[in-house]
Amino acid sequence: MVDPEYLKFDTLSLHAGQEPDPTTGSRAVPIYQTTSYSFVDTEQAAGLFNLEQPGHIYSRISNPTVAVLEERIAALEGGVGAVCTASGMAAFHLAAATIMSAGNHVVASRNIYGGTHNMLNLTMPRFGITTTFVDPRDPEAWRSAITPETRLLFAETLGNPGIEVLDIPLIAQIAHENGLPLMVDATFTTPYLMKPIDLGADIVMHSVTKFLGGHGIALGGVVVDGGRFDWAANDKFPTLSQPYDGYHGISFADEYGHQALSMRARAEGLRDFGAAMSPTNAFHLLQGVETLPLRMKRHVENTTSVVEFLEEADAVTWVSHPSVATHPDHELAKQLLPKGAGAILSFGIAGGREAGCRFIENVQLASHLANVGDAKTLVLHPASTTHQQLSAEDLVAAGVGEDLIRLSVGLEDPEDIISDLSRALRASQKG
Amino acid sequence: MNIECRGETVNIATGGVEVDRDLPPVVLLHGAGMDRTVWSQQTRYLAHHGFAAMAVDLPGHGESGGEPLPSIAEMADWVAEAITEIGLGPAHLVGHSMGSLISLEVAARHPEAVERIVLLGAAAAMPVHPDLLGAAERNEVLAPQLITSWGHGTRAHIAGNPTPGLWMRSGCQALLERANDGVIFNDLAACNAYEAGDVAARIACPITVVVGSEDKMTPPRATSQLVAGLSDVDLKHLDGVGHMMMIEVPDRIRELLLDALH
Repeated sequence: MVDPEYLKFDTLSLHAGQEPDPTTGSRAVPIYQTTSYSFVDTEQAAGLFNLEQPGHIYSRISNPTVAVLEERIAALEGGVGAVCTASGMAAFHLAAATIMSAGNHVVASRNIYGGTHNMLNLTMPRFGITTTFVDPRDPEAWRSAITPETRLLFAETLGNPGIEVLDIPLIAQIAHENGLPLMVDATFTTPYLMKPIDLGADIVMHSVTKFLGGHGIALGGVVVDGGRFDWAANDKFPTLSQPYDGYHGISFADEYGHQALSMRARAEGLRDFGAAMSPTNAFHLLQGVETLPLRMKRHVENTTSVVEFLEEADAVTWVSHPSVATHPDHELAKQLLPKGAGAILSFGIAGGREAGCRFIENVQLASHLANVGDAKTLVLHPASTTHQQLSAEDLVAAGVGEDLIRLSVGLEDPEDIISDLSRALRASQKG
Repeated sequence: MNIECRGETVNIATGGVEVDRDLPPVVLLHGAGMDRTVWSQQTRYLAHHGFAAMAVDLPGHGESGGEPLPSIAEMADWVAEAITEIGLGPAHLVGHSMGSLISLEVAARHPEAVERIVLLGAAAAMPVHPDLLGAAERNEVLAPQLITSWGHGTRAHIAGNPTPGLWMRSGCQALLERANDGVIFNDLAACNAYEAGDVAARIACPITVVVGSEDKMTPPRATSQLVAGLSDVDLKHLDGVGHMMMIEVPDRIRELLLDALH
């Protein structure tokens, strides 16, 4: 039996979306630091504005440097296209605003990034879009939360903070049975560890800032269009299936079919909301993507070492990572994430909130900050920082105990990471 | 727009404008397992440059109703009926791959329906690799993967989509994956069984044939054999381009169509 002659993942990480610059021969992706592009003539200009022919008009809508990153991430995810944005939050908003309008409803996992939770819980209701939050591990909760106004199911591939593994095939099946798309935030997994579109997801978004960029130097987000969902199969998605006056009555589903979402997200969403990625950020993020497979492999190896250490450490009461046999999603992780379940983990420290503070104050190699997915190891004690305004009871309800430490395992020598954690754990117990 | 043909709805993309009945009609015919959207980089352009552009979803494809037709000859008869239903008179036919075989047959069997034919990725015979045919019969994702793999030139497997952010390889594969079960096999079997016979001798209209130097599905050698039997033919070569040429190099195909159709 013959196989498709597709370029492999590592090759695509380096090459997809770019050819040597035709004018200068530049092998690296040039930074096209420009706002706008000269038109050949009035006819070409009119054709570009009317979507009769492709090309760049203004960098809020598209830019050659950003386009390389978009095509590369789409290639790695197996999507038909991608649209980059100024941040991961902008990516979520772009996707949501492209397919939904006032009166629509979202069913979302309750274990998601706080920023996304705030947008769904507090901000989007002001614009008429409401959300029901559900336990991501409870398929009946997903089913029963769907209403006639639901237009989107949303979850993270790995949840926050319990590192819940999303059963994408199952939740996608529930979505599709109801004529709805499933969008996943795959920031923690990246396409190296998991390809959600192959598992049934319809839209994938990332904070490119994290593992894809990998170096903590540039903000960015991306929406990847899986291209398999039929937006015209029912009347739920008029922004894609009905004529749009913004381009003389174009119907994106009729004109572009499987690429309708990415075409409208750019033509309307970037044009009108304007949350575009800067070309310089795209350049920085591309440097990260080039080494994504090498870095993720090392992130996962280091995480394995750190988990083994923490499981044996006296000052640690529990470790939550899908690689741990007692994690509720251990078996699911082996099935869906055979290369590893990422480099974010949480653990409980003996002594609660005070011990957690002392631990954080005594790490010297690991960095205390509110980010994940850097090349450097990062730690955070939510009870004393991001969630400090919550009571002990509220913290438990949010799944964030006073003793919880979140760790984003970096690329340092694992012996040095463990040595640093060991020193800080000892100090934490000397209260 | 939608029309009725043989009691079924036919979906036709017209470039976002109402068809101007005073303009010369151009009917664009897609390949095996695909639909009208393979022409999305040409339909809208032609519709705004002096043509009544109509990219048709064949029966059982895209948004059209009915079942896919089992042979190239039956597809050609259906296209001729659809052109009559549209009612704009003889049309320019632009066909890709299986659509090029349909165009040849329409020109031979229904010359009154055709002004000119433009064939992209064409050959007098289209034998299909047995592994591909088998995967299609079993409705395996391998079939879309093989068509996508063989259908694009080397460059298209790396980069080069002029539409910002779109990735050609997955675009082709996703389009094929959206086809209903059995459609890809039906079409590939129709191509595999096609025998041109004396079709070349029966065609009277002008013909343009476009061949990509890296086309693995209808290689230049096979295209040359087709061209050798045709009269009044204009052969265009595209270097570094594979079978999915209207997606790989949409700008060049647009220019070429404008040149051929005027």
